[in-house]
Amino acid sequence: MTDNYFKTYPNKEGFFNEYGGAFIPPMLEEEMRKITDAYYAISKSHSFISELRSIRKHYQGRPTPVYYCNRLSEKYGGRIYLKREDLNHTGAHKLNHCMGEALLAKHLGKKKLIAETGAGQHGVALATAAAYFGLECEIHMGEVDMAKEHPNVVRMRILGANVVPVSHGLKTLKEAVDSAFEAYMKDPITTIYCIGSVVGPHPFPMMVRDFQRVVGIEAKAQFFDMTGELPDNVVACVGGGSNAMGIFSAFLDDSECSLYGVEPGGRSMEHGEHAATMTLGKPGVIHGFKCYTLQDENGEPSPVYSVASGLDYPGVGPEHSMLKDLKKVTYEVVSDKETIDAFYELSRMEGIIPALESAHAVAYAIKLAQENPRESILVNLSGRGDKDLDYVVDTYGLPD
Amino acid sequence: MNRINQKIKEGKKILSIYFTAGYPELNDTVRILEELEKNGVDLIEIGLPFSDPLADGPTIQESSTAALKKGMHTELLFEQLKDIRKSVSIPLIIMGYFNPVFQYGVEAFCKKCHEIGIDGLILPDLPLDVYQSEYEVIFKKYGLINVFLITPQTSDERIKQIDDASNGFIYMVSSASTTGTTKGFGEEQQHYFDRISAMKLKNPQIVGFGINNAETFKQATRSAAGAIIGSAFIKHLTSHGVDAISKFVKSIR
Repeated sequence: MTDNYFKTYPNKEGFFNEYGGAFIPPMLEEEMRKITDAYYAISKSHSFISELRSIRKHYQGRPTPVYYCNRLSEKYGGRIYLKREDLNHTGAHKLNHCMGEALLAKHLGKKKLIAETGAGQHGVALATAAAYFGLECEIHMGEVDMAKEHPNVVRMRILGANVVPVSHGLKTLKEAVDSAFEAYMKDPITTIYCIGSVVGPHPFPMMVRDFQRVVGIEAKAQFFDMTGELPDNVVACVGGGSNAMGIFSAFLDDSECSLYGVEPGGRSMEHGEHAATMTLGKPGVIHGFKCYTLQDENGEPSPVYSVASGLDYPGVGPEHSMLKDLKKVTYEVVSDKETIDAFYELSRMEGIIPALESAHAVAYAIKLAQENPRESILVNLSGRGDKDLDYVVDTYGLPD
Repeated sequence: MNRINQKIKEGKKILSIYFTAGYPELNDTVRILEELEKNGVDLIEIGLPFSDPLADGPTIQESSTAALKKGMHTELLFEQLKDIRKSVSIPLIIMGYFNPVFQYGVEAFCKKCHEIGIDGLILPDLPLDVYQSEYEVIFKKYGLINVFLITPQTSDERIKQIDDASNGFIYMVSSASTTGTTKGFGEEQQHYFDRISAMKLKNPQIVGFGINNAETFKQATRSAAGAIIGSAFIKHLTSHGVDAISKFVKSIR
C-alpha cells in the first residue's frame, strides 16, 4: 500500500478523504497554489533531494539513533525502544520539516519566514533554518507559552528571529496561529507561512508529512537491524501530529504493527481542561483545513489546555483525522500527571530528559509495556526537555 | 427574481455596507439595517462574527470579538432577523466563515436564510470546488446567491471559473492583503480594475476593501457596478454610534 498511499493521500485538492483541503480566503488561494506547484516541481528534483540529504547528514546529524531502554524495560516489562529525535539538531524533530520548508522558500524567492510556535520547538527550528539560509524570521508565540518556555524564547532571539508576543484569548498556540496568519495575510507575496505541524491548508499537511517521513524510514530500518523484526507497537504524541505522522508513515501498511497516537488529557476530561481533539472533537474547519476539532455548537473553537505547550491545540492534522476513521491508528489520552511521572521516570531510569510533549508518548508506552510484557514498543521521542526544566521543577517539584 | 439581481438591474451604482451583527450592542442589528435602508444604502452584508477570521483586517476582527463577547451566535442572529422583511426591503447578505455554517448544518442554515428572506451568502473560506461538489444544489434549492471573491492575484482562468459559478455578482477585493489601502487607489489598483473590466464577465463586480469615503467610492465604481464599505463604517459606529448612520451614508454619496 505504501507507494500508492502517498500518491493517493492527499488528493490533488489536498483532501485526506473528507479532511484537509484549503478552506482559505481568496487572498491566499493563489499563493497556496504557487507553493503547491513549486513543491511538486522542486521537491522531486535531484538537486533539491541531494541538498536536503546533505543538510540532514552534515548539519542536523541524521540519522538519529534508535535506543533500547534497558532499565525501563526491565522495570515495566515489554521491550521499549526510543527513536531519538531529541538528538536531532535543535533538540526536536521539527528541524526535519523546517529545513525542507526553508529550502523551498528560498527557491520561491521568499524573503521572510513566518510561523507560530507552542513550546518553541518549531520556532527554534525555523529560526535555525532561517539563519542557515540567510532569511528573515518572525515567530508568533502566546504570552503564556513565552513565560513557560522561556529558554526557547531566548534561543530564537539569539538566532536572530523576531519573537512576536500574542496577547489575545488564552495566549497560547491557537492564538499564535491566528496571529501568524494575520501577519502572513499582510504580505503573502514576499513572506511564507511555514506552519509548524501537519496542519493548515493544503499543501502544508502533505509537505510537512513528506519532510517528516525520514523519521519513520530511518526508524523502521534501524529497528529491523537491531531486532530482525518490526515493532509490535509504535507510539507517538499528537498535538498537530507532525512527529507522529513522521514515524507512522513507515508502518501504515504493516498490519502487525499497532500504531498509537497519544493526546493530551490535561487536568481532566472536562471542557477547557484538555486538548483531546481526536477523542472528544467532531469534524470542523479551523485555520484553513477540515479535521476533528474541539468546538462549541456555534462552531467556535473551544478553549484547550495541556501541560505541554506544543500539544494544546483544538485541531489536529487532517491525515490523523482520516487514519482515525480508517482505524489505522488508535488515539489514546494521557493526563498531565501521568506525563510528569513519565518525564521523571525516563530521566532517572535512562538518563534522558524528554520534552513534555514526548513524555506523553513515554507515559503511554509504560502502560502498554505493563499490559503486554512480551511485546516490543517503538516510541518516537520527538524532543528533549531542556526547555521544560524550570517549569516542571517550579510547578511540580522534584520527586524523592 | 432574487432581490440582488433586481437591484443590480436597476443600473444605479450600488452602495453596499458591511457591519458585524451584535456590534456595537448585541441588539443593534435590526436598527442598523433599518437606518441603512432609510438612508439610501442599496445592499447590506450582515457579518456573522467568528473568533478566527482569516480574511478580516483589525477593525472588523475587533468588532467580531466584541460581538461574540456580548453573546452573538448563529441562532440569535436568525432570531433577531426573523421579522426583518416587515421593515427592510433591500437585498441582504450574510457574510461569515464556513465553520459556523457547517456546524449549524449547511442545509438547515440555507433553509433558515430562505425563511427569513436573506438573499445570498458570502463565505470567503469556502472553496469553489467544495461548493460546487457539495453545496451548490442546496443554495439553489433555497434561492440563495453565493458570492465569490477575487483578488488582484487571482488568475484569469480562475476568474472565468468563478464567473461561471456565480449568479449574482463577484466580490472584487481591491488589494492583495487584508489591510487594504487607506490612501485611495493607486495605479496598481486602477490597472486591476481595468483588467477585470476588459474581461467582460457575465456577472457584475462589486469592489470591497479600501473604500472609506466619497472619493474612493467614486474611483471604485468607475468600472464596477458598486462598492462595499466595511471597516470605515464600523469605525464610524464605534466613535459616533448608531444615531449617526445617516451622516456617514451622506458623506459617501
